[in-house]
Amino acid sequence: MDGGKKKNGNSNVVKYNKWGYIFLAPFIIVYCIFQLIPFVSTIYYSFFENYRSGLKQIGPNFIGMGNYAELLSNADIWKYTENTFVMWVIGFIPQIVVSLLLASWFSDPSLRLKGQRFFKTVIYLPNLIMAAAFAMLFFTLFADGGPINSMLINAGILAEPYKFMSNTWSARTLVGFMNFLMWFGNTTILLLAGMMGIDTSLFEAAEVDGATASQIFWKITMPLLRPIFIYVLITSLIGGLQMFDVPQILTNGEGAPDRTTMTLIMYLNKHLFNKNFGMSGALSVILLIITGILSFAVFKFTTNQDNN
Amino acid sequence: MDTRRVKTGASVTTRRIIAYIVLVLVTFICLFWFYVLFINASRSHSDLTKGFTLIPGGYLLKNWDSLMHSTQPVLLGMRNSLIISISAAVLSTYFSTMTAYAIHAYQFKIKDFMFAFILAVMMIPTQVVALGFIRLMGRMNLMDTYIPLIIPSIAAPATFFYMKQYMESTLPMALLEAARIDGSGEFRTFNHIVLPLMKPAIAVQAIFTFVASWNNYFTPALVLTTDKKKTLPILIAQLRSADFLKFDMGQVYMMIAFSIFPVIVIYLILSKYIVGGVAVGAVKG
Repeated sequence: MDGGKKKNGNSNVVKYNKWGYIFLAPFIIVYCIFQLIPFVSTIYYSFFENYRSGLKQIGPNFIGMGNYAELLSNADIWKYTENTFVMWVIGFIPQIVVSLLLASWFSDPSLRLKGQRFFKTVIYLPNLIMAAAFAMLFFTLFADGGPINSMLINAGILAEPYKFMSNTWSARTLVGFMNFLMWFGNTTILLLAGMMGIDTSLFEAAEVDGATASQIFWKITMPLLRPIFIYVLITSLIGGLQMFDVPQILTNGEGAPDRTTMTLIMYLNKHLFNKNFGMSGALSVILLIITGILSFAVFKFTTNQDNN
Repeated sequence: MDTRRVKTGASVTTRRIIAYIVLVLVTFICLFWFYVLFINASRSHSDLTKGFTLIPGGYLLKNWDSLMHSTQPVLLGMRNSLIISISAAVLSTYFSTMTAYAIHAYQFKIKDFMFAFILAVMMIPTQVVALGFIRLMGRMNLMDTYIPLIIPSIAAPATFFYMKQYMESTLPMALLEAARIDGSGEFRTFNHIVLPLMKPAIAVQAIFTFVASWNNYFTPALVLTTDKKKTLPILIAQLRSADFLKFDMGQVYMMIAFSIFPVIVIYLILSKYIVGGVAVGAVKG
């Protein structure tokens, strides 16, 4: 009787477990069609010469690594990599400084800051704003005859309008600044969650021992925050690699001035629109490899943390 | 003892004052742009060319009216954006919960592999597979339709991961066993017991999916070609690429406000859950 019951139970489990496959099916089917096949075919296309030259269609002809050789020997990709990286740095440095500062204040029980919910709500707001609309707004505000120039002239800071969009560093700074604005709230909340997870008795013990606020921050908070800090750094780098909407709209896809704000994804977008499938394939694969390496780094650091 | 307390007390006050000053500054930097946007959306083109003022003008309704009658199909754009974003949010949350439930509640051969696989592909950006995606959509005759913008949201690894995390803390297996004993079918159990329990997580992810889809520019710009089917971000980009100096600037500001307004309203109503949701997602970090 006992044995029979057990057997019955087992077959029941097996009977139920087929539902695992049934419930998983929509994900698998949709993922294969809309992600996996495109993924594989993107790699496949990267080995073919396939573009339009005027009215003539060239290819598709198999050329092996030809697209990669052409892409990497051209100075453009290096220039756009540098642009992307520089604008990411301009946004990331203030972002991490401000986020660390705000998160450590929010989590500091001795400060007892009031209105925390209000401040968190406000700093997260820019993250949800349509990047395209936000960039369009900045374009109009920082235009040569726009409100910012008019304010600066009225305040006596400038004698004549400053051409924000025509100077490499002001255009890059604008892109970096917008990235900072859109992401520092998110980073603050991530770091705050990490800081709240630290055992408060550590802080109390340090305070009893007479440690100052900055000593506590550098000697206790930062070392314990390292894993989440690295997570924020690398995911931000992956996000920076995908920088597109803001510079695309701000410069109308031209990366003005002189393609110094052109990012890698803007370059990819250009190839896609010009139907140069071979080159866009090769560029996609290169971006995939970089993202893969960075994702692997996130994975390694976060699992290391679990082992400790 | 007493002197020490006074010393720390003073430094805490100073630090608190510095913290409030910085917080006020940060709040200013975050909200300033939206204030200027609101002011400028309420002024006439000729006022705008004269320079900036801090007080709103009386042209808000006039600008609204001229936006509604402009050559830019903004109302259609908003309708299209709403259709795509709402569909994506509904499908993504429903099927991500289903996927998470499959991994959470059942034992089967490829379970561990699938879980590891979904986590591994979570970081792949949509842009880098766009080439294969666009060409495949072309072959399937789905270009210039909403299907490539809605259906892929069924397979959303990040939403799945959030649901899986939430399920681990809120969905006891005993409850599912009890439902089985009561004779409830598996599909029925999922729809009538699991989904209601997952409501808070579904709400958070529905908002995030909605906003991400509403703001998405890259893929829709490649897929949609008919003017009447275009979404708001594409219309904004078109506004930028047009010779916009010839436009009524009041109308331009009004259009920017028009496209970010729905998200701001949703955010102000639901900000508590949104900010909380970000933090929950971060705990994994």
